[in-house]
Order: sequence, then structure tokens, then C-alpha cells
Amino acid sequence: MKKIYKFALVLLSTIGLILGTTSTSFSKVEGDTIILGAAVSLTGKYSSNGVHTQNGYNMAVDRINSMGGVKVGGKTYKFDIIYYDDESNPKRAAQLAERLISQDGVEFMLGPYSSGLTKAMAPVTEKYGVPMVEANGASRSLFTKGYKYLFAVLAPANLYLDVAIRTAVELNGGKPVNIAMAFEQDAFSQDVRLGIVDAAEDTGSKIVIDDKLPKELNDMAATLAKVKAIKPDVLVVSGHTKGALTAIRQIAEMQVDVPMLAMTHCDAAKLSKQHGKNAQYALCASQWHKTLTYKDKWFKDGMTYDKDFTEMFGYAPPYQAAESSAALLVFKDAFERANSFDQKKVRDALAATDMQTFYGNIKFAPGGQNVSKPMVLFQVICDSSGKCENKVVAPLKWASAKLIHPVPKWSER
Amino acid sequence: MDLLIFQAPILIVQASMDGILLGILFALIAYGMALQWGVMNIINIAQGDLVILGGYIAYFMYLYGIHPAWGVIVSPIIMYFVGVGIYKLVINKVVDRDLFISILATFGISILFMQLMNFAFGADVVLAVSGYGTTMLFDNSVTLPNSKIFAAVISIIFAIGLVIYMKKSKLGRAIRATAQNARAAKILGVDTEKVYAATFGINAALCGVAGALISITFTLHPYMGLPYTIRSFMIVIVAGLGNLPGVAISGMGLGVFEEFADYILGTEFRIGSVFLLLVLILVYRRFKLAKKREYLK
Repeated sequence: MKKIYKFALVLLSTIGLILGTTSTSFSKVEGDTIILGAAVSLTGKYSSNGVHTQNGYNMAVDRINSMGGVKVGGKTYKFDIIYYDDESNPKRAAQLAERLISQDGVEFMLGPYSSGLTKAMAPVTEKYGVPMVEANGASRSLFTKGYKYLFAVLAPANLYLDVAIRTAVELNGGKPVNIAMAFEQDAFSQDVRLGIVDAAEDTGSKIVIDDKLPKELNDMAATLAKVKAIKPDVLVVSGHTKGALTAIRQIAEMQVDVPMLAMTHCDAAKLSKQHGKNAQYALCASQWHKTLTYKDKWFKDGMTYDKDFTEMFGYAPPYQAAESSAALLVFKDAFERANSFDQKKVRDALAATDMQTFYGNIKFAPGGQNVSKPMVLFQVICDSSGKCENKVVAPLKWASAKLIHPVPKWSER
Repeated sequence: MDLLIFQAPILIVQASMDGILLGILFALIAYGMALQWGVMNIINIAQGDLVILGGYIAYFMYLYGIHPAWGVIVSPIIMYFVGVGIYKLVINKVVDRDLFISILATFGISILFMQLMNFAFGADVVLAVSGYGTTMLFDNSVTLPNSKIFAAVISIIFAIGLVIYMKKSKLGRAIRATAQNARAAKILGVDTEKVYAATFGINAALCGVAGALISITFTLHPYMGLPYTIRSFMIVIVAGLGNLPGVAISGMGLGVFEEFADYILGTEFRIGSVFLLLVLILVYRRFKLAKKREYLK
């Protein structure tokens, strides 16, 4: 009896050992390929940005592979990505993270699109100790939970419009300004709001309107009527693409005069294309702009990236694509510095990242957010023929045009 | 609590006008819902999705260089056939069943429509520009977008047209007869199947008009239908079933209430306060009914 017991034990542990070793050597690196896992929104409400994310990842995979791949332990590897469609649904994203890790055996992950979905996936990757580099989740709450395996190449949400307030104060001769805010009630926009509250405190500015717009927002008339009555120095709006489009439409319709209008998601909303000249003078927060002068050896610089991306996918890259490409560059760099596929070592290498990419400098704070890349503000500027362009106006170091301030009154346009 | 509106009384005018214009547009959607609820006893969860689809029709006209205002004519025609199609495919199988089944069925249609629209039109938020300008009153302190005024006028025209049609036309009489008693109408020779299909078609057409108006006043997105469903549902509940003038009044009332709640309580309580009002009205109704029952005893 004892013999049989011993035999069974040996058999089981052998099987276990075989399964264990094969799955680890099989999953993350198959032959000379490093397989990364990603759940992105290919259907559902985030599908446009989900596709930008995927295109950004694919572009970087192509580029890195064609330029020699990743060198680890004297051997050259190529990147490959397993994609799943998370249907823009956080629950599905969490399931897919679980599936990628426990069924497909993926040991390194790329992030999904949006803060909400990243929030759903992070606990799973954290549980399994799978390093995840994400490029599209900016919510501050992602970086305050003490996650050890989550790294974001983008600046956190609270910094999105911080620079707008500081610029307004600067233009006001260093004196505090009156701020009107209208933010949607979702994690991301409320984080942007907290950033403004901090900036207001810092500069001694006063918040005169603090409206929290409902998620099913389609009408901002009441907020704008208040703005008209109170006449603040700055109006800040954040409510994803819907918020940006609604704000511009109603500001023009109600002829609201405000010296500075700053908002998020102008890029994704295609403001100037949809609104034409009405969008003029709006200031928009952006993670990246093609005219920034950051450089790297894979994509050269923003202009080249813009050109190559347009050639490959037939449309100009929004910042969501650029930051997604940057995530792959970070992984490549970390693998090479770790010189190993051990998850802990790669994680430590990621934490020690300090590099420049075409997208910006990347260095992670202990919380995992990228602290060395500032947000930029661009202004929608139209010429007399009605053709509009986004020009970087702040911070001054990167500016390619002069900020037009104060915004001309509607009666004078 | 914000007292701005009392310090600047001109805002009261602005808020009332905004609320009324908003309410009239919602009332049009609620009109369609009340009609088919009354006739077919179906609560259509896909109401908002029909609105959005109607909006996309106007938006595509706009993309091809046709002024989106023409959408208020083209969109209802197309949407009528979409409505009849939905009836023939799904609704006719659930029309005599209990309310729960019809809610499930229309919920399914709603999900299907959202996904199909997302697939066909993409997930970007879009809008059509009417270029109608703005009406300014009281020395530019009250501004009313002409597109919203246009939307309200068109809504009123369609609503009045519908009431007249229901009173005067043969189909209108058949619809009213079916609403009163489907079995009796059938015995008297009304083809209720046809009446149901037409009712659903008319509802979809009204949604088409509203959608075209929304494309020039607000924004469109494949997943933005549900708020319109909920809003029209509330308007119908407040008005009471089969009470068409009530729908118009409750639509405007809720619109104005919502605007004032925004100014006085704050934007974050805008939607919440409307729901609170709904609860209060329902509780009040219950008390009134209970009293009536006691009286009858």
C-alpha cells in the first residue's frame, strides 16, 4: 500500500514538474517570440479609442521586430501580442486578464483603453505578479493603491489641465484668477477636477462655479448661463468627447464670452472638424503632440511617427496611439536591462526605467505613473479660409505658436 | 444651495425658456411611447435607440451636404418602415403577452440596435451643425439657440398633427378603438394586426423626428439612447397613460423643474431631483387612489 502511495506521489510530482516547466518556458517565450497579452476594446463604446490603442501597439511591434527585436541573454527575440476584445466592459476585461494569464500563460501584459478598464484589470495582474505596462489609464486612483506591477507611460489625470490654470495666473501677472469648472461625474474627469482644485489652492485662485455634470449629459445650458452671469477668467470643461462637443456647440450658441476655455478630449472629439471655426481658441490638454521634439532611435521623432503611422493606418495618430506605441518601447528596454524573463526582475527593471522616447521622457514614480513627461496644451487656431489646426502653446518650452489670450468676444469674431 | 438665480433674476427667464424648449423635445418622444403603451400595452425600452437611429439618418444627410433640418421629413419616413419591420419581426409575438415579456423583448432590441449602430456608424460622438444662429433677448442676457426653437416648433407641429390624425383619419379611429378594446374592435372588423404595426411605425417615426432634432441640438452616440427612454418613460408616468395633453405639460414641467434644480441645488442633483419628483408624484397618486377606494367602499 505504502509503495503504491509513494509511486503515485512521485508520478504526480513528475507530471506537475513537467507541466510547470513546459508552461513557463512555453508561454511567455515561444521559440524566439515574446508573447504579450492585451485586452482592448474593439467593440462597444470605446471601440474607436480601442482601435487606436491596438494600432499603436501593432505599429511598435512591427518597428521593434524589424529593427532587430529584443536582445535578452545574448539571444534576439521578437514581440507578438495576443489580443482579446473586452467589449468596453470592465467585467469582461477582468475575465480576459484572468484568461490571458491562467489559460494562455501570458506573463507580461499591455493595458486596455480607459481608466475604468485598467482599474478592472490591475487587481488581476497584481494578484498573479504579472507586470503590466499601460498607456491609456490616467486616473489618479490607479496609482494610489500600492500596485507593484502596474506602470503607466502617461501623465496622471490630475495633471491634465493643471498647466492651463498656471498659464492663466501667469498671464494675469501672477495674480489669482476666478475659475469656473464643469466636470462629468466619472473617475477620470473627477481626477482632472482634483488637479484643478490643487492648482487653484496653490495659486490662491478662487473656484466660482463647480458643476458636476451628469453622465448622461447632453445639455450644459444651465452651467453656461451661470458662466455668463458670473464672468470667470477661466472655464474648464472635462466630460470626454461628448462633453467637449456639447461645450463648444453651446458656448457658440449662447455666445458665452470667457477669456480662457480649457478642456480635455478635443483630439478624440475631432473638435475643429465637427465644429469648424466655433472651436477656435479652445485650449486642449494632450499627452502628446507631433511637433514635440522628443527623440528616440525607433520612431525618430513625433513628425516621423505621424508620417509613418498615417502611411500604415490611413489616418493621423491621436495621442492614444502614440502612448500605446511608447508602452512597447518601455517593455523592450526593461527586458534588455533585466536580461531575463523572470517576472520579478522585469518588474524591477520597469521600476528603474529612465528613458526618452519620441512620445516623451519616461520615468515611473513609486505609484507607477510617469512623472517625467509634462502635459501639453494646444490651441485650436483657424486661418481665414476656415481651416483649423492644433498648435502647441504651453508649456512655453514646447510652444510652436503664441497663445491667443484673452479669447476674442463673440461679437467681434 | 446656490442663490445665484435669485441674485440675477434674468436667469429665471433663461432657465424657464431652456427648460420649456428641452421639455417639448422630450415630450415628443414621450408622445410616441404613450401612444404605443396605450394601444399595445408595450413598454418600449428601445425607444431611445430609435431616437438615436433617427438622428443618424439626419447626420448622414448632413455628411452628404444636405441640410440636417430636412431630416425631420426623411428620418420619420425611413423610421416608420423600421418600426413596422421591428413589429413584424419581434413585437407581434409579444404583443398579447404580459408586460414583463415585452420589456425583455424590447430590451433585447435595444441592445441589438446599440451594437449594430456602433458597428455601422462607429463609436465616435457626432453632431450635425444647423448654422441657425442665436436669438438674443434682454440685451444679450438671455440667449436661445435657434436650433432649439426650431426643434420645439417642429415637435409641436408633429404633436398637433398626430392628435388631429388620430381624431379624423380612419386609421386613427381604428387605433383608438383598438386601444379601448382590442377584442371588440376585432369583432367590428378592425384588423388589429395592421393597427398594431401602424402604431409601432408611427411611434418609430416620431422617434425619427426627435432624433433628427437632437442631431442639430445635442450630440449622437450609439450608446446614448437609454437616457431618452428613461426620460420619456418618466414623462408618461407623470402624465398618466392615455393622457396626450398631459404628456406635453409633464414634459415641459419636468424640463423646467430640472433646470431650476440645476441652478438651486447644483448640477449634480439635476437628474436626482427629477427622480425624487417622480417618487413623490407616485406616492401622492397612491394616496389619492387609496382614498378613492375607501370612498367606494
